[in-house]
Amino acid sequence: MWEYTEKVKDFFLKPKNVGEIKDADAVGEVGSIVCGDALKLYLKIDKESGKIVDARFQTFGCASAIASSSALTELIKGKTVDEALNVSNQDIADFLGGLPEQKMHCSVMGREALEAAVANLKGEAPPEHEEGNLICKCFNVTEEKIRKVAMENHLTTVDEITNYTKAGGGCGECVPNIEAILTDLWSLKAPEKTAKPKKLTNLHKIALIQEVIDSEIRPGLQADNGDVELIDIEGSKVTVALRGMCTGCMMSDVTIKGMQEKLRELVSDDIVVEAYQ
Amino acid sequence: MKPVYLDNNATTRVAPEILEEMLPYLTDFYGNPSSMHTFGGQIHKRIEDARSKVASLINAEPEEIIFTSCGTESDNTAIMSAVGTMPRKRHVITTRVEHPAVLNFCQHLGRKGHRVTYLQVNSKGQLDIDLLMKTVDDDTALVSIMFANNETGVLFPVEEIAGLLKEREIPFHTDAVQAAGKVPIDVKKAPVDMLTLSGHKLHAPKGVGALYVRKGTRFSPYIIGGHQERGRRAGTENVASIIALGKACELAGSDLEGEMSYLGRLRDKLEKGLTECCPDARVNGDVDNRLPNTTNISFEYVEGEAILLRLNEYNICASSGSACSSGSLEPSHVLRSMGVPFTAVHGSVRFSLSRYNTEEEIDRVIEIVPPIIRELRQLSPFGREKLECPPGLETETA
Repeated sequence: MWEYTEKVKDFFLKPKNVGEIKDADAVGEVGSIVCGDALKLYLKIDKESGKIVDARFQTFGCASAIASSSALTELIKGKTVDEALNVSNQDIADFLGGLPEQKMHCSVMGREALEAAVANLKGEAPPEHEEGNLICKCFNVTEEKIRKVAMENHLTTVDEITNYTKAGGGCGECVPNIEAILTDLWSLKAPEKTAKPKKLTNLHKIALIQEVIDSEIRPGLQADNGDVELIDIEGSKVTVALRGMCTGCMMSDVTIKGMQEKLRELVSDDIVVEAYQ
Repeated sequence: MKPVYLDNNATTRVAPEILEEMLPYLTDFYGNPSSMHTFGGQIHKRIEDARSKVASLINAEPEEIIFTSCGTESDNTAIMSAVGTMPRKRHVITTRVEHPAVLNFCQHLGRKGHRVTYLQVNSKGQLDIDLLMKTVDDDTALVSIMFANNETGVLFPVEEIAGLLKEREIPFHTDAVQAAGKVPIDVKKAPVDMLTLSGHKLHAPKGVGALYVRKGTRFSPYIIGGHQERGRRAGTENVASIIALGKACELAGSDLEGEMSYLGRLRDKLEKGLTECCPDARVNGDVDNRLPNTTNISFEYVEGEAILLRLNEYNICASSGSACSSGSLEPSHVLRSMGVPFTAVHGSVRFSLSRYNTEEEIDRVIEIVPPIIRELRQLSPFGREKLECPPGLETETA
């Protein structure tokens, strides 16, 4: 059972601005029946004032998708197109008194429909159809969308990305890619957390690698009943053996890659981690 | 407003006569059945009575019944026992439409190095028995196939499968959580080696289940500790609930045929009423071989969670295979395995009845559902005319 606010329930049970506008000035369509939700937004714009005089919607989806669509139309009516574009997905969620975390993608869909309608108004191709690097094949989510939504909503974890875009919520194959996008995105933005030592002697390096594995990597693996053992260090090549539940785990490649990222971040950029065969 | 409870495959109401039977064991008779004194020790006999009643529902011997904490524990125990007692055999066969208690456990085994075959079903949710028998090999430690599907109610031919596997001497476990008490089960006719059942699906409380283990089947316990259940399942007995499960099996067995025909009649009325009053509604699964209490109907072009929440306003309880109502983003693995088109999976609603449902309730649901579907379709950008279906989608299979 989802915990919906009274306002979400209200906008779901008695949605405002439902239906088509036959002579709409702009139409924005996002989502698909395959993905489980879709929204078609119709706008009527006054030529003189440039204001949105009517906004209507049709939505296929769950209660929060319908409520978010209805909230969007309420939020943008009476605004100029430029003012309307300032309405963020968070504004939609706030208007409804908040949405369950796992349902934030419904508010994002609202914001996207608005962008698609504005693009339609300007005679541009809808943003969704632009060429993009497809990351999540289950829900058709591109890298561009993940980056955009992550930036707008300050998302730092894969779970958050899934809640806001659905990416990674299907087969899960793209989770490592989403992780990589997030690492890339926030490592550019965030100031360096730990200053990397400039030059290392071999002894120093070995000690540091051992320390990072013990304090940063093993606790996480042990929490999942796994473990890792350091086998050898040869120059920048670190050989490790996965233990416990990590043995034969399908995600072991990802684990190894994560370890490499961590060691590169905290020890040295050229580290390569390999699994002991 | 009294709820119209049509979600009995999720859980059932505790029958008043069962509650009455178990209550003394939560108040006056709180002793431990393992104790030496009469006060505790006398309870042991009541547990054995319950064991006989459970055995009798499936035509088993009392000593073949092990009490557990739930269906999931029974399923996990059965699979673990089979692979544990045959460490050299590394192959497990199951189906794509099992309950997560079996499916996720098999996936877990797969990650730990076992070879797992997940059998596909056809569009009616039926298994290909020939394919199953071709998949079986000398390396197969266990075949685990459910008796009845929880989402569609479709029955698998367990008797036939059990017979074929017996000839090949392959251990066979069936999850009969949904079937027990709804259709006849006879382990003498259907020679399964292990069978799971759960209390709260047949009007006993939550937190009790049973595992049938055929005499002579190699068994290793999953929960290790005290000597309870003849060393096959440690832990102090959940006395009151075990007594409740015994009573539940007795009740279910007392008039199984009568109950089946009552439930079947109400279910058919509901199904007919809804599919006649709602255009673009289709029934999922093999309608000729299924539980008498279950119907799974897809209302195309609308989303299941929305239907459930509108029904909730009328205090009507059902469930859905849509992505949004599952808590994950993926719609029902059962319906997808059957190749039900996406347009229909998202709008699927399962109604599951019990002996406590009445004709008046069914009439009320038939009256309330169609306007809800109509309204939600008016909200939807899709519909028979509106939908521009991408090519190939309608016939796509998983």
